[in-house]
Amino acid sequence: MEQVAELGESVTSGLAYIGSLASLASRAAYFAFIGPFRGKPLRLGRIVAQAMEVGVRALPILSLITFFIGLILALQSAYELRKFGALNYVANAVAASMTRELGPLITAILVIGRSGSAFAAEIGTMKVTEEIDALETMAISPIQFLVTPKFLAMIIMLPCLTIWANSMGIFGGAVFGVAQADFTFGRYIRASIESLYIRDIATGLIKSVMFGVTMTAVGCYEGLSTGAGAEQVGRSATKAVVMSIFLVIAVDLVFTALFFFLGGR
Amino acid sequence: MDNLAPQSGVVISVRDLRVKYGEREILHGVDFDVTHGETVVILGGSGSGKSTLLRTLVGLERPSSGHIWIKGSDIATTPRDELDEIRKRIGMSFQGGALFGSMTVGENVALPLKEHTKLEDSTIEIMLRLKLDQVGLSGFEDYMPSQLSGGMKKRAAVARALAMDPEILFFDEPSAGLDPIIAAGIDELILELKKAFEMTIIVVTHELASAFLIADRMILIDKGYIVAIGATEEMRTSTHPRVRQFLDRVAEPEVAHELDYLQMLTEDSRHAARGAGQRGEA
Repeated sequence: MEQVAELGESVTSGLAYIGSLASLASRAAYFAFIGPFRGKPLRLGRIVAQAMEVGVRALPILSLITFFIGLILALQSAYELRKFGALNYVANAVAASMTRELGPLITAILVIGRSGSAFAAEIGTMKVTEEIDALETMAISPIQFLVTPKFLAMIIMLPCLTIWANSMGIFGGAVFGVAQADFTFGRYIRASIESLYIRDIATGLIKSVMFGVTMTAVGCYEGLSTGAGAEQVGRSATKAVVMSIFLVIAVDLVFTALFFFLGGR
Repeated sequence: MDNLAPQSGVVISVRDLRVKYGEREILHGVDFDVTHGETVVILGGSGSGKSTLLRTLVGLERPSSGHIWIKGSDIATTPRDELDEIRKRIGMSFQGGALFGSMTVGENVALPLKEHTKLEDSTIEIMLRLKLDQVGLSGFEDYMPSQLSGGMKKRAAVARALAMDPEILFFDEPSAGLDPIIAAGIDELILELKKAFEMTIIVVTHELASAFLIADRMILIDKGYIVAIGATEEMRTSTHPRVRQFLDRVAEPEVAHELDYLQMLTEDSRHAARGAGQRGEA
């Protein structure tokens, strides 16, 4: 009986957590999409600064990682395809797995590591040093001032990064294709593009927007719920990363299943 | 309810204020008034509830019951999103300054102006120089907060609190963490502001020297109750045991039993009643 009660308790607290995230995200969305028409202008400068930090500064490491992932995918799928003498399908395999799944996911996990933790640490530090309280006493909403620019930067930059990640993955695959599977570089790229449907890319991008919303909500929520003391900031950052990765993968599962049953290929 | 409504000249009026953190009640019914232009120092030890009182006065904590009238509006019943109108008329200087680390001192001071007014950038520039000048920090607008000393950070925080020309200024522990000379400088600054702008100033502190220097009236808070309230001279000569204990810096006797503690509290209030009686006779 006790176990049932415990299970029920963790389920309710889990749902309450998701509820708090949704409430934070909706308040940020209010200031992003409705506020500007009610005399609460967006802060373009802050959005651009966040977008630089979240997006542009992530490009070098993201390029390297997804290039490697593309190469690994090519090697792994070639291992199976070779048995059927279908090595020329390696371009299709890499392109589909990158755009539908791994491009968005690897990008999300990298950005969680770089920015999700940074959101929690930044807002958490501001909480500890009473800067959040200072904003409130100055009649400035911390959500509008801190959280909304992060949301906007994230939902703009994460799909962009994902597109970049997809192409870097395909380039990684092309290296294998050229070296081992009798492709020329141009032919490999053409084969990849021909094998892709708009739907593959679009589902990946829809996922990446959802990932962006999830990780920003978790990062900012953990930051805002930081307790007193410097060590709490570290705890918030860690929790933000773990929760974000878990929730991003859960969201991924939901959307992948959804796209599958909505008439996937 | 009419008898509870604030009289004219009263800027802040607190009635039966109770604040809870979860199940634990921190303030157990606090009443006091602050009139226009006076400097009230809220004294109390650690954990006395004085910081909670200040946070409640500026709307950072919601009271569980009671009323707080600030300039005629009851912020205890005002919905959260309407608090902002009242908040634009108050300034708050936080204990550690709470300056935004990613902005320069000038941007910090200009932030409320940029957010709440439609002033030209050049006007804001002039105003921020003026405010920095008032707190003795002219020429520091391009410094980052991390480049400032503790005392300068506090001054910059005061400049930011002054940005919107508030009618009421709140200070949380203005001299905490500062050496005596710098702390005296902050006291001077508070006195200057009071003289120059006739501002209503509420200061929370446990620094006695600074309290006696700046206060018109004092409120001593202990364990969530107001123990004594009165003009600075009255407090200095008070015979109330808790006031004397605090002013003479006597260590707390170990209280082993809840009952002893209750007895101590009731004795306190009996003394207080007698003290008030004596004053009445005099």
